[in-house]
Amino acid sequence: MTNAIEASGLVKRFGKTTALAGVDLVARPGTVLGVLGPNGAGKTTAVRILATLLKADGGQARVCGYDVGRQAHQVRQLIGLTGQYASVDEGLSGINNLIMIGRLLGQSRRGARARATELLERFDLSEAAQRPVKTYSGGMRRRLDLAASLVGNPRVLYLDEPTTGLDPRSRTDVWDMVRGLVTGGVTVLLTTQYLDEADQLANDIVVIDHGKVIATGTPDQLKDRSGGQVLEVEPASRAWLDRAAAVLGSRTGAEPTADPESGLVRVPVADATVLPMIIRDLDEAGVDLAEFTLRKASLDEVFLALTGDRAPGQDGDRAPGQERAPGQDSDRGPAGDDGPAGDPGQAGQQHDNDEIRELERSPR
Amino acid sequence: MTAATLPFAEPAQRLSPVTGLRNTFTLTWRSVLKIRTNMEDVVGLSLQPIMFLLLFTYVFGGAIAGGTHAYLQYALPGLLVMTVVFATLGTGLMLNQDITGGVFDRFRTLPIARWAPLGGAVLGDMVRYMISVAITLGFAMVLGFRIETNPVSAIAACLLLLTFALAMCWVSALIGMLVKTPQGVQMFGFLVMFPLVFGSSLLVPKSTMPGWLQSFVNVNPMTDLASAVRGLLVGAPVGTAALRSLLWALAIFAVFAPLAVRAYRRRA
Repeated sequence: MTNAIEASGLVKRFGKTTALAGVDLVARPGTVLGVLGPNGAGKTTAVRILATLLKADGGQARVCGYDVGRQAHQVRQLIGLTGQYASVDEGLSGINNLIMIGRLLGQSRRGARARATELLERFDLSEAAQRPVKTYSGGMRRRLDLAASLVGNPRVLYLDEPTTGLDPRSRTDVWDMVRGLVTGGVTVLLTTQYLDEADQLANDIVVIDHGKVIATGTPDQLKDRSGGQVLEVEPASRAWLDRAAAVLGSRTGAEPTADPESGLVRVPVADATVLPMIIRDLDEAGVDLAEFTLRKASLDEVFLALTGDRAPGQDGDRAPGQERAPGQDSDRGPAGDDGPAGDPGQAGQQHDNDEIRELERSPR
Repeated sequence: MTAATLPFAEPAQRLSPVTGLRNTFTLTWRSVLKIRTNMEDVVGLSLQPIMFLLLFTYVFGGAIAGGTHAYLQYALPGLLVMTVVFATLGTGLMLNQDITGGVFDRFRTLPIARWAPLGGAVLGDMVRYMISVAITLGFAMVLGFRIETNPVSAIAACLLLLTFALAMCWVSALIGMLVKTPQGVQMFGFLVMFPLVFGSSLLVPKSTMPGWLQSFVNVNPMTDLASAVRGLLVGAPVGTAALRSLLWALAIFAVFAPLAVRAYRRRA
């Protein structure tokens, strides 16, 4: 079967900065492909190329078999995009935003209105339907943006950090929506900085860093790759953290991390047969235990192992719940995200410089 | 298995011109709706000409023409020109907001004609210009302005103004594409529009101006437009002014529309 998304060797440069240095992606029809990467890795640039918003400098990309460069018109009939910055018309009401898109897609007047009403209902915006979007809260705006990308029943949906800035309940709503769409045969490409989100939703994951794919696989495969399991030990008293860490270190041969705040010591475990010895050693060292857990490595740990130091969202410039209205681009910190994201032109240029700084800063 | 066997409709090969026109009309509808939902716009749109009308008639009128009524009869056609020219700034402003606000990104992922957003913005603005002209003319009549010709010439005057505005808005659109922020558009737009509007015989006869300025006033298209509108409204000789302003409109359109479209393609 034709892959829903197929990209090979995508290259994109902004001035001297290379945002994408040869990226390969494949999304099978009716699945979710999670694209993970630290801020500035190139995720948004890749999405914008696949959504026909940017031209690639090299490489090839096809959506349902259509070339995103040469057959952009066909591709546009198949896709929906929800970017990081809500692309809705502030001066129109919610319902008119959706009717406008429906009409642009060739729906009849009545059809467009019916579809708009249905989507507003689905995204819990019925009450605000007649209000201008500029009076909406950030979360409502995002939901409307999502609704807008679904007006035309897209076959392939790009969600660029769709839950950034949403409260936990809205986030689970978005997850349910994604699952529902996938059940209906839609292919979803999802970029996210929340690893649990990728873990929850993605069938396959691509990890991008510095414009290159550094790992691919299912969430489970990725977790297995990085040593598999993690031992977590919580001594009954924080005073014993160091002693516990010493025991864990000597038995596993790995570097344990002690977190005074949670009172936990963590260490990756390659061979589970050391566990009885660890328990005995801890007992001999006089460390009473409140908790002793062996679990699969989380995607966060996988991510840290893969990218070295930076997990997505750790650059501290965008906490969950933080809203971002369009036009506030100037305060996007040095680690905003990915090249000229929402704003073409000058602002994008600014961004690239930031990206260069970021490249220089991080040790490879 | 090929894409054709997927349970979705096969995408169309290309866009028909009819669809392109329909896209444009949808986006025109959007612009017009925005005038209605955006109260600030409506207030600004109606208050600005009224303010200029009051200022010029009562502050400068006596000094320039020796009486407010006489001045109103002279200056109103010029004020109409000024109103539509300033109103064209809105086109660039809205396009710029669309780009910086991200709405254009949405349009660009849709299978619509590339030029439809531009066309829709311009057509929608024609409605705004009509409102501006109607308000200015209506309020001037309340103040005592009298049309001394006939309804047909008066309508011709309004059509001439709108035609000229349709050309000028491409200048504004180009500025909207080239300048980074909406504030920049406003600044830059005024820098271009002010000398054109005031360096003309719109509001004062050119006879008191120094010679070098008179030569600029003579070639300024605003002067022709104002003379033509004046002739059509109060019966001064129209002469070749109407024809010349139409030619100017055509020339401005021919130069700036392609430039704006090119800048638009590059940026959007």
